[in-house]
Amino acid sequence: MQLTALLLSRLQWAFTISFHIIFPAFTIGLAAWLMVLEVLNFATGRPAYRLVFEFWLKIFGVAFGLGVVSGIVMAFQFGTNWSELSRMSGPIQGPLLSYETFTGFALEASFFGILLFGRSRVRPWFYLFSTVMVALGTALSAFWIMANNTWMQVPVGYASEQDIFAPTDWFKIVLNPVVWVRFAHMLLAAFLTGAFCVAATGAWYLLRDRFAAEARIMLRMSLYLAAILLPVQLYFGHLNGDYIHEHQPAKFAAIEARWHDEQPAAEVLIGIPDPATESNKYALSIPVLGSLIASMSFTSKEVGLTDFPRQDRPPVLIPFFAFRIMVGCWLIMLVLAWTGSYLIAKGRIEENRPLLWATFLSFPLPFIAILTGWFTAEVGRQPWTIYGVLRTADAVTPFLTVRSATVSLVVYCVIYIFIFAFGSFYIHRLLRTGPVGHLVLPSTAAVPNRPMSVIEPPAADGLHVPVGE
Amino acid sequence: MAMFWISVLAISILLYVLLDGFDLGVGMIFGVVRGEPQRDALISAVAPIWDGNETWLVVSGVILWGAFPIVYSTLMSAFYLPVLMMLAGLILRGVAFEFRSKTRRMRWIWNASFAGGSLVAAFMQGLMVGALVEGLPLADGRYVGGEFGWLSPFPVLCGIGLCTGYALLGACWLVRKCEGGARDTAYRLIPYLSLGLLVFLVVVFAYALAENLAVMRRWLERPYLSVFPIIGALAAILLAASVRRRQDGPPFVMVALIFIAAFGTLAISFWPYMIPFAITIADAAAPHSSLAFMFWGEGLFVFPLMLLYTAISLTVFRGKIRATTDHY
Repeated sequence: MQLTALLLSRLQWAFTISFHIIFPAFTIGLAAWLMVLEVLNFATGRPAYRLVFEFWLKIFGVAFGLGVVSGIVMAFQFGTNWSELSRMSGPIQGPLLSYETFTGFALEASFFGILLFGRSRVRPWFYLFSTVMVALGTALSAFWIMANNTWMQVPVGYASEQDIFAPTDWFKIVLNPVVWVRFAHMLLAAFLTGAFCVAATGAWYLLRDRFAAEARIMLRMSLYLAAILLPVQLYFGHLNGDYIHEHQPAKFAAIEARWHDEQPAAEVLIGIPDPATESNKYALSIPVLGSLIASMSFTSKEVGLTDFPRQDRPPVLIPFFAFRIMVGCWLIMLVLAWTGSYLIAKGRIEENRPLLWATFLSFPLPFIAILTGWFTAEVGRQPWTIYGVLRTADAVTPFLTVRSATVSLVVYCVIYIFIFAFGSFYIHRLLRTGPVGHLVLPSTAAVPNRPMSVIEPPAADGLHVPVGE
Repeated sequence: MAMFWISVLAISILLYVLLDGFDLGVGMIFGVVRGEPQRDALISAVAPIWDGNETWLVVSGVILWGAFPIVYSTLMSAFYLPVLMMLAGLILRGVAFEFRSKTRRMRWIWNASFAGGSLVAAFMQGLMVGALVEGLPLADGRYVGGEFGWLSPFPVLCGIGLCTGYALLGACWLVRKCEGGARDTAYRLIPYLSLGLLVFLVVVFAYALAENLAVMRRWLERPYLSVFPIIGALAAILLAASVRRRQDGPPFVMVALIFIAAFGTLAISFWPYMIPFAITIADAAAPHSSLAFMFWGEGLFVFPLMLLYTAISLTVFRGKIRATTDHY
């Protein structure tokens, strides 16, 4: 494959957005989890909820900071690397993303400072209100991002004028049913990410016989939540499949590795798609299941990739495998959540060390599922940037040189890996320190707008000392 | 509608320049002070607000894209490498705020990335403005200058000029916020930085005359533009007076006035162009439905709230920082 500015730009986009999505996915779920804890604390007054809240608030701060820093880059990359896209779709994507900045900023920035440093300065009900507003802000931010991406997947409500896309119907653009299905799918994914990170932390503490009371709260609440949300996620995943089936038949065929029209269609469970021969090697298929999944019918005819001219087909390998990895992660999480919930209900989970180990080790699964889900959606949309309207090859900055694109890719990789290493190190340190038994007093030097200032250097003896002395 | 959004954009950019200007300036001064106590004082003087300040950069970016997509796509793609360097600088200095207090052995890395990141980001911003003033090579509404079309003596000069200006703004902020050693250092720097800025302005003026820059001709055609340089000159005199009398409050206001004057001068000499003398505000404006969609939500409600929020957070953190507040 030849190294072109187009390929480098795509790699850079994939790298920076994949890096970025890890943090919002985590913080949207955590913000909701913090809200639930604060509600429980408000309602019951149990100090354990406060402790768990304070502990996760610190981790939220670090992840939030990394999400903000990596998000700034995204706001500029549309223009630097995809100048034709940003010129043509700016009248639609620009306003959508400006709403993301405006609403996300207005809520998160205003109330996040109160969350971190305002516990002693505001009334309890207002503190609770602030946690709700932060959770709402992160969710709103996700909504606008999904609205923006959905317009690229299923463009509606626009007219082509000269060489730009002019919005004609904002209700269609924002309230498109596809937006809501995808938003729910993403939001659930974020909640599951939060749940599994919390569950893994709880399991880790139980394995090490530390913070048992807090660990039980973490494990119980998060596994119960996951046990309920995972089937719901399956339903929304299915609805996502429906929109792809309806609007993006080539992507659907690529995910299914269906090369030729079939009636009724089989479902390829696993295999190795081979674009050269337009067939699958070592395929394990179930007859008729493909039609059932795609159209809820035993007899429907399903479209194959060879119906589309070669230049309009997406790559097959990445959507095919990414989709299966995502579903695989979902299945493992389901088994863990259901078994774990059953054992918790029976009061036997703490004796079951293998399950605690499995839960502890499961925290990467939701992240992998989110990344592979996005790979399926984005690679499956190729060769289009705006599906059916603007090709990726025509969206890239036309005069971008290989040299410039290489420089920027290398610079982003180096900087991101650098800050990621330090960020993970500090999160790990916070997790290892754990929910220690004092409630954080407002530090004199601690200030809003500095999310990461909540991490204090650990004292030499490993005790957490109050700050500010 | 386009007028509304160009005003909002102008306010956002001006706020960004003033607010992030002083904390980038403090970052550059950070590179020349000696000793950790003074460095800590410098960090504390901007730590509560730098993040909020930088938000205005993103706000300016998304308004530019939503309301004036052609300008956004032309400028971002033309300034590919400068934008990259600016973002890299901003990321490195942003995380340095948080990471430098977490370590002792590696602190020098974060000290360097804080000062270096601030310097690079400020320089790139000045360079881009300079290249715009000099005129970007455009054809058919698209940039045709190549990889380094923005690189020439004048933009480099403007990059150095903006660094000097930001550093002066930063020094005046330190005078206002700090006591003791940090304040003394800042007072020592102000005369040099002011002199540097003056030399820069004279050189720019001479260069503009010598090269017969298009912007220059507009000044001669519109004598009323001189109101801004006059405001700037008056502010400079008051700056000198208040620094001489060691009044901590006024210098920052005066330098801010100089910046506002310079911003006004630039804005009016560009008018009605957004990319001088190729793309006007009217050419660049997105279709009415885009501008209206933005207006009825974020323009009418959220933007005023954001101004209010900025005002509140600056009020909350007004006054001198106490030297004892450092827990680092």
